[in-house]
Amino acid sequence: MRRQWDVLAVISAGGVLGALARYAVSQVLPPSPTGFPWGIFGVNVTGCLLIGVLMALVTDVWPGRRLLRPFLGTGVLGGYTTFSTYTVDIVRLADAGAVAVAAVYLVSTLLVALPAVYGGMVVTRWLVRR
Amino acid sequence: MTVLLVALGAAVGAPLRYLVDRAVQARHDAVFPWGTLTVNVVGSLILGLLTGAALAGAVPGSVTALLGTGLCGALTTYSTFGYETVKLVETGSFGQAFANVAVSVAAGLAAATAGYALTA
Repeated sequence: MRRQWDVLAVISAGGVLGALARYAVSQVLPPSPTGFPWGIFGVNVTGCLLIGVLMALVTDVWPGRRLLRPFLGTGVLGGYTTFSTYTVDIVRLADAGAVAVAAVYLVSTLLVALPAVYGGMVVTRWLVRR
Repeated sequence: MTVLLVALGAAVGAPLRYLVDRAVQARHDAVFPWGTLTVNVVGSLILGLLTGAALAGAVPGSVTALLGTGLCGALTTYSTFGYETVKLVETGSFGQAFANVAVSVAAGLAAATAGYALTA
């Protein structure tokens, strides 16, 4: 593997910014033992919407900018969104007896976040090509 | 102090995700996103271990901030998981898109459950 220290550096810096934004959201909307995790739900949905927007911009508007996708996509949005908190919150909720909340959270994140990626991409492409 | 620990964990977690993804994808010709799947499952296992240990009072809040919120949070990603799934749909690989969602969720939950059960 070729070493690309500048790429690793911007991913690291972006990851810090994204993680701090996620931490800020979790301070404002802290998870409760048996309640729906609105904070991380919002983080993952907005992060998915934004990666759709970003990937449309990177391919259609700003092609050839080597560090843009690593910084904003892999770094900021990768550090902002989280899969581990999603899975562990489902386990934690189920363990606390809130099985229905866990199931609704599992399914609703998928049903909102995945279309959000597509929506962000399609709307951005449409706006760019107008 | 907590903010610094989260930042430090993320500064390592995000580039680690990139390096693992590159290393894993280099071993597979297929378009299936094995790299993201790997970091998401491994991160779920580590965060499960940490969360169980924290609930049992065996791990202080500073460690959870550094390794949980910071490292695991930045090592794993929902946005890339979502983007790679949508890309598979757009290229007509519906079976692979469905498999990516099913395997990511099933393996991620299994890893999180195993970690949590070991320490809680």
